[in-house]
Order: sequence, then structure tokens, then C-alpha cells
Amino acid sequence: MQPSLTEYPAQVGRNPHAVIDINGVTIRFGKFTAVDHVSMSISKGEVFGLLGPNGSGKTTLIRALCGLIPLAEGKAGVLGHDVATDSELIRSSIGYMSQKFALYEDLTSNENLDFYAGIYGLSQSEARERKAELIQQVGLGPYLDRLGGRLSGGWKQRLALACALVHRPRLVFLDEPTAGIDPVARRDLWDLLFYLSSEGVTLFVTTHYMDEAERCARVGYLYQARLLTVGAPSDLKHLEGVNPPGTRRLEILGPDVGHLLERIRHRPGVYQATIFGQAVHALVDAKRSLRDLGLEGVEARETEPSLEDVFVTLSRQQDEARNGRAG
Amino acid sequence: MIEKIKNEPPAGPWAEKAPVTELASDLVVPTSTQRPGSWQRIHSMARKELLHILRDRSTLLMTLFFPIVEMIMLGYAIDTNVRNIPTIILDQCKTEESRRLLRSFENSDDFQIVAWAGNDQELTRAIVAGQARVGIKIPENYSRQLQAGETAQVLILVDGSVSSVAGEAVNVGNAIALRESLERSLGGKPLPVEARPRVLFNPDTRSANFFIPGLMVVLSQLMAITLSANAIVREKEKGTLEQLYMTPVRPYELILGKMMPYLVLTFLEFCGIAFLMRTVFAVPINGSFITLLVLTLPFVLTMLGWGLWVSTRVNTREGAMQVAMATVMPCIFLSGYVFPLDSMPAFFWYVAQIIPTTWLIDAARGVILRGAGWSELWGHGLILCLMAAIVLALSSLRMQKRLS
Repeated sequence: MQPSLTEYPAQVGRNPHAVIDINGVTIRFGKFTAVDHVSMSISKGEVFGLLGPNGSGKTTLIRALCGLIPLAEGKAGVLGHDVATDSELIRSSIGYMSQKFALYEDLTSNENLDFYAGIYGLSQSEARERKAELIQQVGLGPYLDRLGGRLSGGWKQRLALACALVHRPRLVFLDEPTAGIDPVARRDLWDLLFYLSSEGVTLFVTTHYMDEAERCARVGYLYQARLLTVGAPSDLKHLEGVNPPGTRRLEILGPDVGHLLERIRHRPGVYQATIFGQAVHALVDAKRSLRDLGLEGVEARETEPSLEDVFVTLSRQQDEARNGRAG
Repeated sequence: MIEKIKNEPPAGPWAEKAPVTELASDLVVPTSTQRPGSWQRIHSMARKELLHILRDRSTLLMTLFFPIVEMIMLGYAIDTNVRNIPTIILDQCKTEESRRLLRSFENSDDFQIVAWAGNDQELTRAIVAGQARVGIKIPENYSRQLQAGETAQVLILVDGSVSSVAGEAVNVGNAIALRESLERSLGGKPLPVEARPRVLFNPDTRSANFFIPGLMVVLSQLMAITLSANAIVREKEKGTLEQLYMTPVRPYELILGKMMPYLVLTFLEFCGIAFLMRTVFAVPINGSFITLLVLTLPFVLTMLGWGLWVSTRVNTREGAMQVAMATVMPCIFLSGYVFPLDSMPAFFWYVAQIIPTTWLIDAARGVILRGAGWSELWGHGLILCLMAAIVLALSSLRMQKRLS
């Protein structure tokens, strides 16, 4: 029943024209392997989401793609440049926005933009033109003379994005850009991201939010330094490993989901059960009827796995495979 | 379409979506970054740093007022010359001879008679209580022994808890007794030998003249180290350094751009202190101030580099402050700023020679007080430049463009 998810041979030379092309990239800090033989390819204009628990290697991978961390193994190309040799070229043509919104809080929005325009080598007239364009795009107009530290979270984030876009990068890395931001600001940011994508800008986003993952054209799931899967969200939900043959996924509704979960969790034939809002999602043996599962009189219907189900299932399988190998 | 990461060649969607021709334009680096934008990046960095300085009013005021307060303290309040030592007298003899001796004590600037004791207990009690630092006891038989041609003894009790006062009291006490003896034995004839000391460059031995040139150096050091350490650590704290690493800024551009405003600020402070020294404290500048400024440049660069080195070691501004202070203190004590180098044990004397502060303080006193010029100070300049080169090279190497 376990699909082979543990061996990832490097896939070399898949697509030399991709915006990002990674083949068997491995990064080590001493004995610790932070990124383990990761291969993938991202094409122009794509909104790519990288998910994974904290410490799974997402930020490390981004840094490596900017040429800041040497690769222990493998090859990586960004915008056609080798990260090992052309990191400066890469850094001048990408944008980067971190979860901390690296703004200068004692500088005004305008001064922040000016600084990055200077750092990226825009001439005065170029900078003026580009700033006007960005201010209009992200709607910063009323806040131009406000100090960065006085902006609300959502505006800080827009300013950070504007700073990251000042040199018209063709590829932007966003490392958890929406952490700690209110839902409206999050939605606004995603609208901006899709606009950029429509302009042909490639976006590489890390996030913990499943709704954001759903919006990505493709997502990758990084777990314990390994890339467990890559694909469109809808395709991932149909992965064989997530929907093993002979099982079905139920959405069980009940007045007291906590109690419901306790009731069915340890029943034979129940492989997984988690609370989802007002329902319990459970992966059960297809041969068992609701009665077998002790669910008579409870409203239950078959459902597709959510992205979260996909990632939880893949993580567990990876853990089991690892433990199996160790034992 | 799912890459299930197996050996099969993945038929990814990118193949159709990203035709080569269209991508080619993306792979061209924008023209504006093709020209060597190094100077522009340094300039942007420096301008931003200047804005930080101007926005942070409290730090700016602190850096400007601290030196003035320090100067007034050292220039007015602290006088290393010992004068008017409070003295208590126990005169058990009460003759013409004993009064004559006491007059010579009184006439020296060093002693000031504050009380008369009736007995030995009162004499010691006054010293223990701190009312007097020195007690002079002339015994009953003083005149008798003088007249008999014997050695008459005078007891001088000195409070050793203040060492500089004690040393001065012992020396002056001896000198007075010696003079009294000579005058007595010569009986009106002139003294065979007389020393005529002449203090060069600082005839009044004013402590402002001694301290302020050193203070200029020490304050510049403190300022340069803390400012440059803070400048980097602040960006570490805020996460903006990580952002900068993602831009095309090269390490030397980052360092140069950041250091320039602080270099200027430190020089302004140096000149400000010199101005106050000249006008308020009337310390004459006997040499060329330009010479001193030229010598100061490598020194300030050394200290900025030092601050940079500190910033690579710590992650918080508090930590930077502590490490900076920890490295500044030995400089203050061993540089000859307060304690003369000549009386240091050999080991510390050698340590003092590798401290840049030692060399610039010596040069500053040389230029300001002794009127020294390049012919005397070229060696100082050479050593300071060498130190700057070493410190800047080492700290820049540590500031490599890799995230830890």
C-alpha cells in the first residue's frame, strides 16, 4: 500500500529553459542535511508554493537559490545562471521579500523605496518612473511620507513588496509573506501576486496557509529536508499514496466533533481521523460500512482529501518509511 | 502530471508554457545593473545610514553631549596637582623654632592647617575621621635637641588611603625638613646648590592640558566602535541585513557605505572637542592641527573596523555595547590616557604598544602640547596605518557575504 516516496534520484537536465531548475540539490551544515536531493523545475509566470513544517529547509533552499549557501551536491539554475558561479547576477535580477518585511522603520516609505532603487542601480529618472508605477500598483500613495515603523502590518507588507519589485525582477521569492497579516491584507497581497504573475513574473512563495497553497499553480511539499511531492493542488489530491486503493475518505458531521473524533479514532478500519471545522475527516477501509465504523445515525459523506490531508498523509508515510529503515 | 518523484522522465507542464524565445528576454540582466554601479550602491548605503543618524535624535544628542560633559568634568573638576592638603598640628614644643618650622609648612601651597590638636589621641582621631590628611607633631624636646646639636625629630603622619596625596605630603615634608636643616647648618650663607625646575609645554602643570588631548582620542574611539558595531547589529536585529544579502550589494560596498557617515561624524566630534579645548580651556595647539587630523584618520578607520569585528560576533545591540565597552576599557587604562606609560610594569608596557590608542594619544599630546610635526611623528603615522590595514582586513574577511 505504501508508494515509494523515499528515493529521489537526481533528475538531471530536465528543462534548461526553466526560470528555476534544480537537480539533486543537497545542502549540508556540518553533518546536518538541510536539503536532501531536491529536484524540481519552475516555469515562467508560474505561482509556485513551497510548503513544509518549520525547519524543513524552505528558507535554506531559497538562500541557496540566491547563491548565498554553497550546494553540497547537485546543480541549480536560476534565470539561466548557475547559482554556484553567478550568484551576483542572480541577486541583481531577482526580488526577495522575507517574513520579517525587512524595512527600515525609521525611514519613510519613500526613503525605503529610494534606498532599494539605489542599491539595485536604477538611475534617478528610472527610479522616479518606477516608483510612481509601484506606488500606484500597491496603493502606497497616502503613506509615502509615513515612517516604516508607523505602517500597519498590511501596509508594511505592501511596501516590502514594492521594495522587492523596484528593479523589475523577473522572479520574486516570498518567504512566508503573509505570516501574521490580517485576512483582508492577505487577500489583497494575493491579488497583487496574481497580477504580477499575469505580467510574466515568476513567484516562488513559501506559506503555511492551505488556502494560499490552493491558489498556487503548483505546490511542492518539503518535509525533513526532502521534497515529497510537486504538482498542481488538484492533482496532488488524487495521488495514489494519499488515496490508497481500498480506502475512502469520509466527512462526518456531528454536533460534538471532539467527541466524535474520540469515538471513531481507534476503531478498526479507521486509518486517519482529524477535525476539520465542524466535521471530522477520516480515511477508512472501503469495505467497512458506516455501521461497522460505529457511525449509524451520523451524517457522513464521501469527500476529496484536502491539501492538508495530502501533506499529513505524505508526512506520515515518510516517517514510517524512515522508522522502518531504521528498525 | 504529478511528479511522483520516480525514475520516469517527468512530462512537466513547463515545457509548453515556457517557450525558449520568450524566456530569453528574461535572462538578460536589466541594463541598469550592467554598468558598474558600485559607487551608486555605496552612495545609497551612506545616504540611508545618514538618515538613520538624523532620525535617532536621542543617540545623536548623547554622542554630542557626552563629550562636553566629560570635558567639563576632566577639565575643571579633576586636578591631579595636589594642593591645600588639610593638616592638623600638635605643637608640644611651642618655641620660636617650632613656630618657624610650622610657618614653612604653612607657606608651601601643599599644606593647609585646619586644626590644632592638644594631644596624640586628637591628632590620630582627626586623621581617622578624615578631617585632616596629614598630622604634624613637633615633640617637646624639639628646640632643646636643635640647640644641643642633636637631630631633632618631627613626626609627620600621612593618610595613605589617598595615594597621590600621601606621596606628595611625604615629598614636600622631606623637602621642608631638608631645607630647614640646610639653612640652620649654613647659618645665613647662600645654598650651595639650588634646583630650578622649569616645566616645558605646560608651565602651570594644568591637568586640562594633559587630559583633553587624550580625551579627544578616547572619545573618538568609543564613538567609532559603538557606532559602527551598532550600525550592523541593528540591521541584524531587524532582519534587514538578510534582505541586503539578497541584493547585489558586495560586502565592501556595504561596509564602506555604512562607515562613511560615521567616519565624518567621528571627525566632527574630534574637531568639536579640539575647538572647546582651545576656546573654553585655553589649551594652546602648538603644532599643526592638520597633522593631527591626518594621523587621526587611520586611527578612526581602525576603530570602525574594530566595531565591525564586534558586530560579527554578537546579535543584539546590548551585546555589541558590552563587547565594545569591554574592549575600550583596557585601551583607556593602558594607553597612557590616565596613568603614565613610563611607570608600567614591562609586560603591560608591551601590551600598551599594540594598542592604537597609545600611539594617537602620544601623537595628540605631541602636536598640541609639544608642537611636534611630521619629522617626530612619521613613525606614529606608519604604525597607525599598519594597524588600520590589519584590523580592516581581518574584520572585512569576517563580514563575508554568507549568512551564518
